[in-house]
Amino acid sequence: MALPGEFTLASRGPKKPSRTDGRRPPAPASYPVRTEEDLLTVRHAVRAATVEVGFGLVDQTRVVTAASELARNAYVHGGGGTVTLEYPRDPRGRRGLRLVVKDEGPGIADLDAALTDGFTTGSGLGHGLGGARRLMDEFSVRTGPGEGTEVVVTRWTVR
Amino acid sequence: MRERLTRALHERGDEIADRWVELQMEQALLDTDIGEAELREEADALIEALVPGLQSGVPVDRVVTSSPGLHEAVVGLSMRRARAGATPTATSLAVLALKEALLKAVQRDTRDAEELFASAVFMNRLLDVAGALSFETYVDGREEIIRRQSQQLMEQSTPVVRLWRQVLAVPLIGTLDTARTQVVMENLLQAIQDHEALVAIIDITGVPTVDTAVAQHLMQTVNAVRLMGADCVISGVRPSIAQTIAQLGIDLSTILTRATLADALAAAIKLIDGPGPDGDEGDGR
Repeated sequence: MALPGEFTLASRGPKKPSRTDGRRPPAPASYPVRTEEDLLTVRHAVRAATVEVGFGLVDQTRVVTAASELARNAYVHGGGGTVTLEYPRDPRGRRGLRLVVKDEGPGIADLDAALTDGFTTGSGLGHGLGGARRLMDEFSVRTGPGEGTEVVVTRWTVR
Repeated sequence: MRERLTRALHERGDEIADRWVELQMEQALLDTDIGEAELREEADALIEALVPGLQSGVPVDRVVTSSPGLHEAVVGLSMRRARAGATPTATSLAVLALKEALLKAVQRDTRDAEELFASAVFMNRLLDVAGALSFETYVDGREEIIRRQSQQLMEQSTPVVRLWRQVLAVPLIGTLDTARTQVVMENLLQAIQDHEALVAIIDITGVPTVDTAVAQHLMQTVNAVRLMGADCVISGVRPSIAQTIAQLGIDLSTILTRATLADALAAAIKLIDGPGPDGDEGDGR
């Protein structure tokens, strides 16, 4: 028989972990940022993640906005990159959402300047990086000329 | 092998087409409007195109893609299926069912196992490409539809409505990227001219995220509106958005903003009526 074999549809994958008790946080997920549409995908994914973690509406908006800023930076200045979502817990048991935004771009030559409001090398407003720092609880950047840029930000739930 | 297949196509073309149509009808749990007559027509066209394709002498696995008639027949078939709503699996399977029909025809001419096996391998090489092409076409067809829809969506989701004498409003839904901003601005500026409007309200209730890029696009639009001699009010600033904008450090203080569309309309009417008798300049700033 020359017809192709079976077509198995992966409709019955492993069960998703229950999200009600939050004992088992979701696995980290990575999203590429290569196009303008990818920014949309990232925002949607981050929005869903903030709901999953249990943030209130204002915090949801904060985290999604910060993600949008950082992802756009990676897209515009870094020539594209990835956004990874992680679900950490601090020693006091608070749940958090961590965004790791990485690109292989030219890196940031003067980090202090880049964090200053109104500083921009492009045509933006120059509030993205500093704004993202203010919107999140923790903020760190690893960068250097020619080394790409990795921004890690975390927001914790209040308990 | 080619000759055998070509001969079979010549001599038993009708038979092959019949069998193929039959196989597709059997498979066809597909809920499409494609009837038997249409299937038959497609089958005849494709089988007819196969003969010159086989005679062209190109390697077997490139016959389908390099023979224009054959390529067109497969692409046409797949496009029609895609539009009729068939699944990509059903579409490729339909194309691949031709193998069985062909093999059956060859089987009539020879019973030699080795020769039949060689024929089967040959047909696989020939038609797997057709199956892949069909799948690709299907996806292209769908993507075309998606592209068109997103374009339509962009135009539909930026209506400019007249709220009051000389007051226009644009309720924004979704995100505000560069392309959207362009559409909004063009529509709004044109409407300002058409209606001789003095105030334009941009309502961002339906914008889920206002980041620096969106804010910048809003400011651009406001600037353009002002250049036309009209004033601009931004409404629908929800508490969470207000906090986020403030924390981002975006200065929107030069722009008149309101929490709700109703407030914005009130402010707009005040602006139009101009300074009151006591010289109060209202909210114009």
